[in-house]
Amino acid sequence: MPLPADTDATTPRYLRDKYAIVGVGETPYTRGSGLTTRAMGTNAVRSAILDAGLKPSDIDGMLSYQSGDSTFAPFIAGDLGIRLNFYMDVFGGGSSTEALIGIAIGVIAAGMCKTVAIFRSMNGFSQVRIGGTGARSAPPVNGDMLHSRAYGWQSAGQMFAPTFLRHMHDYGTTPEQVAMVKVVHSEHASNNPKALYKKRNTVADVLGSRFICKPLHLLDCCVETDNATAIIVTGADRARDLRHTPALIRGVAGRVNKPRLDMHYQHGPISTVAGHYAKDILWPNAGVGPEDIDVTGAYDAFTFTTMLQLEDYGFCKKGEGGDYVSSGITRLGGKRPNNTSGGHLCEGYTHGMNMVIENVRQLRHDIDDSCPMGPDGKRMHTYDYREGGCRQVKGAEVSANLGWAMPGTGSAMVMRRG
Amino acid sequence: MAIRAEYLGMSLQIDDLDHENLEYFRHCAAHDFHLQRCEECSLLRYPPTTACPWCASPRARWVAVEGKGAVHSYTEVHHAIQPQFKPFTPYMVLLVDLDTQKGAPTAHEALRVVGNLATPEGTLAGPETVAKIGIGTRVRMVFSDVTEGLSLPQWTIDESAAQPAKPWRYRD
Repeated sequence: MPLPADTDATTPRYLRDKYAIVGVGETPYTRGSGLTTRAMGTNAVRSAILDAGLKPSDIDGMLSYQSGDSTFAPFIAGDLGIRLNFYMDVFGGGSSTEALIGIAIGVIAAGMCKTVAIFRSMNGFSQVRIGGTGARSAPPVNGDMLHSRAYGWQSAGQMFAPTFLRHMHDYGTTPEQVAMVKVVHSEHASNNPKALYKKRNTVADVLGSRFICKPLHLLDCCVETDNATAIIVTGADRARDLRHTPALIRGVAGRVNKPRLDMHYQHGPISTVAGHYAKDILWPNAGVGPEDIDVTGAYDAFTFTTMLQLEDYGFCKKGEGGDYVSSGITRLGGKRPNNTSGGHLCEGYTHGMNMVIENVRQLRHDIDDSCPMGPDGKRMHTYDYREGGCRQVKGAEVSANLGWAMPGTGSAMVMRRG
Repeated sequence: MAIRAEYLGMSLQIDDLDHENLEYFRHCAAHDFHLQRCEECSLLRYPPTTACPWCASPRARWVAVEGKGAVHSYTEVHHAIQPQFKPFTPYMVLLVDLDTQKGAPTAHEALRVVGNLATPEGTLAGPETVAKIGIGTRVRMVFSDVTEGLSLPQWTIDESAAQPAKPWRYRD
């Protein structure tokens, strides 16, 4: 594959291509799972293990992320009869996926375990709503929250909106341009049988939906969903013996920050996000640049988060994100499709894991669309991206995931087809 | 002394151990805005912190700061999360660049103080006031009294200031 020569042996680049994602699994994306997070997590981890061609006893490490809304690794491991040599359940939402993949690589490299399952399980609609209503808004307002929640400034959309609005002010970004993120992701979702929302939307649909908080309309926001998602990380040597073509990990950046994370708005420009810093870790470690990427997974908690990250990771010039996401580049059939599953805006909100799962399947050339099955049990992809059709990116070799926690924090990962 | 009070349906609390917030809101309760000034590098900081974000010194003293500035960015909330904010929708959350220490220590930094757009009396402003506000609007600080030892700093239009001809607003 046409990647730059791997001439730089300085740390931490020696991890390049030595670890892989070998299994992926998820539950259905629903609004009303009827299951505990423990039951869903067990299902997703089990699916990922089977997808890899492994047995539960092959797993000896487990990581999860949550924000007081989910089960913990010991229960999933116990239910599946897995004895762990390492586990950790961390606090966090978006940007955790790529960061925990980095931790998994680290603990395997340290000899602490060999194969790590990472999961996120959430009833993000039916139990602890991700949008911030119900249980999330009930706790007392104290400490740092006295400077945010006390002002009715607490949901993700409310907290990020000043960044989004300032980008429009600084660069002339228009609502029509940003709405194209939803339009494109809805097109992708219409080719994804798993997606919660499969209806294709127009710019008029987005701009005609009610305001949540300016500049966000309802359809600029992702969809609160019940689901569990899981991936399996192991060494590349082991990966080669497993069921699928491995997705080799080229490089990871984990929870990279803007300055002043106690309140990141203190340090501007506030229309710049953490990707501005993370890109300087991601691309050198991966040995590739934006121009080498075939398919992106830029976190779409909101239409704006996709645009801001693509811009700050260098897929276009600073300030030209609106042009980039409305140009057709990010569409299936375009130069560099983004979130081919429909992402958080349409497939379901997972705090980032489904975008990694999607890119693993893209790199396997085995996307689960409606194309007919071939005699080898793999789909015969048509590359006809019309509604209800294919969503495999032809010849996908290198992918980038751009994870978002908030304007001040982001994670990222580059993978390539093994 | 720990503080517990209800405000617009939320339970606001400042714990005994949270010395920084107790001190910050004690000054606000006197309608007197104070921030920590670092004893080493002399920079002011917002919100209250336990050390200096620029030089890491733990030593600071509280000094009076003028509550005047301009809107740096904002959101206009149409879908409130807290039920008792719903009667005030659309309400505004403002990020305001204080005039004091603007552009220091680096060009893109400022003391960006959060607050709602409020009436001069400190209650959330109505839609006709919200419609006038945009990036660049000059505002002055007022306070919402919650309980003894706790008032929230808020922002209201600075009627005495020269206002921009057309503050930048999201398309109406």
